[in-house]
Amino acid sequence: MSAVAVEGIWKYYGDYPALRNIEFSVREGQCLALLGRNGAGKTTLLRIMAGLLRPQRGEIRILDKDSRHPQTRASIGVIGHGIGVYDELSALENLLLFGRLYGLNDPHAAAMEWLRRTSLDNVAGSLVREFSRGMRQRLAVARAFLHNPSLLLLDEPFTSLDDRAIALLQSLMQSALERGATVIMSTHQLREAMQLATYVALLVRGKLIFHGERPAEMLQDPTWLYRTYGES
Amino acid sequence: MLYLRQVWTVAGKDLRSELRTKESLNAAISFAIVILVLFSFAVDPSADQIKEISGGLLWLVFAFAGALILNRSFARELGNDCLDALVSSPIPGSALFLGKALGNFVLLTIVELVSLPIFGVLYNTQWARQLWMLMTILLLTTWGVTVIGTMFSALTVNLRLRELMLPTLIYPMMIPALMSAMRLTTLLIAGEPIPAGDEIWIRLLIGFDIIFTALAVGLVEVVLVG
Repeated sequence: MSAVAVEGIWKYYGDYPALRNIEFSVREGQCLALLGRNGAGKTTLLRIMAGLLRPQRGEIRILDKDSRHPQTRASIGVIGHGIGVYDELSALENLLLFGRLYGLNDPHAAAMEWLRRTSLDNVAGSLVREFSRGMRQRLAVARAFLHNPSLLLLDEPFTSLDDRAIALLQSLMQSALERGATVIMSTHQLREAMQLATYVALLVRGKLIFHGERPAEMLQDPTWLYRTYGES
Repeated sequence: MLYLRQVWTVAGKDLRSELRTKESLNAAISFAIVILVLFSFAVDPSADQIKEISGGLLWLVFAFAGALILNRSFARELGNDCLDALVSSPIPGSALFLGKALGNFVLLTIVELVSLPIFGVLYNTQWARQLWMLMTILLLTTWGVTVIGTMFSALTVNLRLRELMLPTLIYPMMIPALMSAMRLTTLLIAGEPIPAGDEIWIRLLIGFDIIFTALAVGLVEVVLVG
């Protein structure tokens, strides 16, 4: 079954078509890297998948349901450009908040588990505004993974992470893939992405230029796809 | 049950954040006190005139102070893109809206309860002679004001001039509720019971609350998802 089916998506900002007739599907358990230069439409497409934007035309089915269906949203974990946590709450309060909103049976246990997995358990009671940038990013990762989502939508997940945090995120993504979750990530950090992605999609100015299994050439030369199909 | 828990979770989060920073609560209470003090210089506290304008004065103060609280309601979600995290979570848009409205309702009620005794001292008025009826009118009107303010706070959250746009949009919408509240509050602060002929104003307030709550709950999903 398709985890995500994108069917003829058009999205305009004013008169400008940010996405033009995007059509592809991602099977359950796949890891797709969504590639493209700045302004190609990656973030817009991820936001539509996450139910944060409505397309003008077309439809996105997630696990065979509408992307705004509450059951669909309960199965999605999202990391966007912002970290999505509150500065004036503590790390634990933030995770408890989202644990309750996602209807977890034991939000406190889940929150403590993810604080431990992201090495934030020793600052669980500290306010997020006192955190370093890296700690805030790790908390954002904990928030997105808290409810064991079956689909992860990650927009530039490696940005502003140090090498240790990148390794942590990669291992969490790997664990998610091993338990059958689907991962879709947009990124400019091709080397990090190619370690996990088995499928790639390339957007150029709102058009889907390539979609399929990761070409073998990309392992040696991550920019191969850009040079072959897109803008060099 | 889950729905009510989600509403309370959002309201609790907003109240906890606000009581920790006191960003809008301090501003709204200070604003209300300053207006009450300044206006007290303009009228003779012993005059009958104060009995006639008390409802109007109080509700203008509450409405303007309320705008300071309502402006921050969705704006506080913009930092760190928290609104995206909330909207992408499985909570229904209506539960998110009601949670935020409930949080604003509590904060605005605090402003009103702080302002009333100060009004009583500055204007030499025994405002609590019809206390329970006054509290009923206060809560009914505050809910109406809060519902409209929270909805328009969501609508204007991404505008650069939202601090200006919000009051411009909400005050005309609030006119029926404020008219009723001013009329009834004036009577109650003067210590008079509400005459049978004026009960229509209470019905208007209740109808206003029901209609605008239903409209907001029905439309908020469209507002939240761009």
